[in-house]
Amino acid sequence: MLVIKNLHASIDGKEILKGINLEVKAGEIHAIMGPNGSGKSTLAGVLTGRDYIDVTEGEIWFEGKNLLEMDPEERAREGIFLSFQYPVEIPGVSMISFLRTALNEIRKHRGLPPLSSGDFLKLMREKQQLVEMDAKLTGRSVNEGFSGGEKKRNEIFQMALLEPKLSILDETDSGLDIDALRIVANGVNKLHSPQKATIVITHYQRLLEYIVPDYVHVLYDGKIVKSAGKELALELEEKGYEWLKKEVDTVIE
Amino acid sequence: MAAEQDEILREVTGSEYKYGFVTDIEIETIPKGLNEDIIRMISAKKEEPEFMLEFRLKAFRHWQKMSMPNWAHLRIPPIDYQDIIYYAAPRKKPRYNSLDEVDPELLETFNKLGIPLEEQAHLAGVAVDAVMDSISVKTTFKETLAEKGIIFCSMSEAIREHPDLVKKYLGSVVPYTDNYFAALNSAVFSDGSFCYIPKGVRCPMELSTYFRINAANTGQFERTLIIADDDSYVSYLEGCTAPMRDENQLHAAVVELIALNNAEIKYSTVQNWYPGDKNGKGGIYNFVTKRGICKGNNSKISWTQVETGSAITWKYPSCILRGDNSVGEFYSVALTNNYQQADTGTKMIHIGKNTRSRIVSKGISAGKSNNSYRGLVKILKTAENARNFSQCDSLLIGNNCGAHTFPYLEVENPSAIVEHEATTSKIGEDQIFYCNQRGISTEDAVALIINGYAKEVLNQLPMEFAVEAQKLLQISLEGSVG
Repeated sequence: MLVIKNLHASIDGKEILKGINLEVKAGEIHAIMGPNGSGKSTLAGVLTGRDYIDVTEGEIWFEGKNLLEMDPEERAREGIFLSFQYPVEIPGVSMISFLRTALNEIRKHRGLPPLSSGDFLKLMREKQQLVEMDAKLTGRSVNEGFSGGEKKRNEIFQMALLEPKLSILDETDSGLDIDALRIVANGVNKLHSPQKATIVITHYQRLLEYIVPDYVHVLYDGKIVKSAGKELALELEEKGYEWLKKEVDTVIE
Repeated sequence: MAAEQDEILREVTGSEYKYGFVTDIEIETIPKGLNEDIIRMISAKKEEPEFMLEFRLKAFRHWQKMSMPNWAHLRIPPIDYQDIIYYAAPRKKPRYNSLDEVDPELLETFNKLGIPLEEQAHLAGVAVDAVMDSISVKTTFKETLAEKGIIFCSMSEAIREHPDLVKKYLGSVVPYTDNYFAALNSAVFSDGSFCYIPKGVRCPMELSTYFRINAANTGQFERTLIIADDDSYVSYLEGCTAPMRDENQLHAAVVELIALNNAEIKYSTVQNWYPGDKNGKGGIYNFVTKRGICKGNNSKISWTQVETGSAITWKYPSCILRGDNSVGEFYSVALTNNYQQADTGTKMIHIGKNTRSRIVSKGISAGKSNNSYRGLVKILKTAENARNFSQCDSLLIGNNCGAHTFPYLEVENPSAIVEHEATTSKIGEDQIFYCNQRGISTEDAVALIINGYAKEVLNQLPMEFAVEAQKLLQISLEGSVG
């Protein structure tokens, strides 16, 4: 589904990603872990098309299409979804009109007719239950006055509604208490299917107890320095990133 | 990629200003310039009674002693008042007995503008008066309204048919001495709408006037007078467009509203005069005096305006709250793009006891434009327990535009409570990207964000106008982002 080859990217001339290689197949869940500043969020930014990140080298293919040639909205319509680390507030714009616009754009891209108001509201209620989201929240403006946990839950709710092929969860666990974490993770698991793929970006192993990855990659200084099964997450939890840093730095020296 | 860009470019330039066409119609004009003879000529053409000519001449003599106001945050190039034609009218018959007699070109113009003149009007439930250049072309629904005793006609007709009402109220809210442009308008106004709602009548439909400047080198000076007698209600809409021309054209209107005991007037404007091109060439100078008086107790006047057009806007729809417990409201969205300039706001003058006013102003600046809010809240000694709430928000798009807020406050009664809130924000790249990431294009994202920002004001408009206003905001901003 997703193939990243030798990806280099920089921000303001400073190289952040220094040659990433990664392949994600349908049905897989990949976790990307790493210490702060290792380039995890930059990778999410490159995949979704943030314009302040310059891709200097490498290729990204999504379902056989050259992702780097697409605008951010095209990527979204093709089925890439980012659950934001810091979802923004859009005052005055109701959740309903925001999501209806988004869904109908995506449907248009897939050659489907727009949903009627009635059908849309029905779909919204259905997905709301899936992520146990308070109905009151969907009556408000986008993320306005939402608590940190509500914002994260809202991201997963949008993911449920827009049905992406590839979901990228950027630090979705940060700011969540244990109950909220469980609900969010349950939502993600329910939405996962053999046709879909998920990339979980996280600093801590905690989330991976609930969303069990097929692969864990460790990102350090702009490179994937270690890839393994889910047991790697536990090892990291035990030994911390220092252990890995030492190992990598020794190799480089 | 290149083809796609061409497409976008075409779309953006193509939809720049869709009302910019010129109607090819025979026009009757009088010579350029302004003097007493010209004023006599206008008055004679309109077959006016003597008192109107007197009114005009007094105003003209006063105007000659005045100079243009320069306190606004605007750069106004010098205007040569002798280079303007003060009267232009579609030729053919001076007065129409039925729609069949109206020049088909003219009807086509109003069709293009989407104004329902006939049966469409019936379906839409809107009574329309259409003013092209100086002349009121057609007032629909007069008979239906007449059954309720409502008078809705052109100002010229009102002067002829209802001189007593006109004599009593014209200039009573905005005297010709009020300001430079009001004096000019009083001297040369050509037409406009007149409306009288009798005691106890709730006007059953929205009344609407559509103003159109067509002829070149002309100014438009219309005059609107609305009187709501005791216990009556009326909602009035006003729309404006003009062709795209390279020279600037002057529009100096006066609107007066009078609300008697327990009466309510709701006045909505969607102003879309030609704003000039991308480089600031051409466009309408919109110098308008709008004022209402809540003369009676428990009366209410509410102004709602969506301002997207004009090269320069100078406009402060105001309320004089004289009756006890009277209420004044001002809801405004003013959008400027490219080189447009707007200095707009309101005045709320509290005189009566327990008077209340509410101001919600939403400025949007894009391109290299400048957008100022200027508002006065004045609470006189007599205004026991007056209340005012003002909210002035500014939204910036890009780095080359300006937003300014000039609130003035004069409180002479200690029992008054006055609140003022102001915010300035930028459309964030993060907000746009968030929308992009959900599949929404940048243009649509901006429209969504703008409409969310302006919602409180748009909600005040009648339904069909709100939809039009939303589209207008979107069109006016095309090409300003990204």
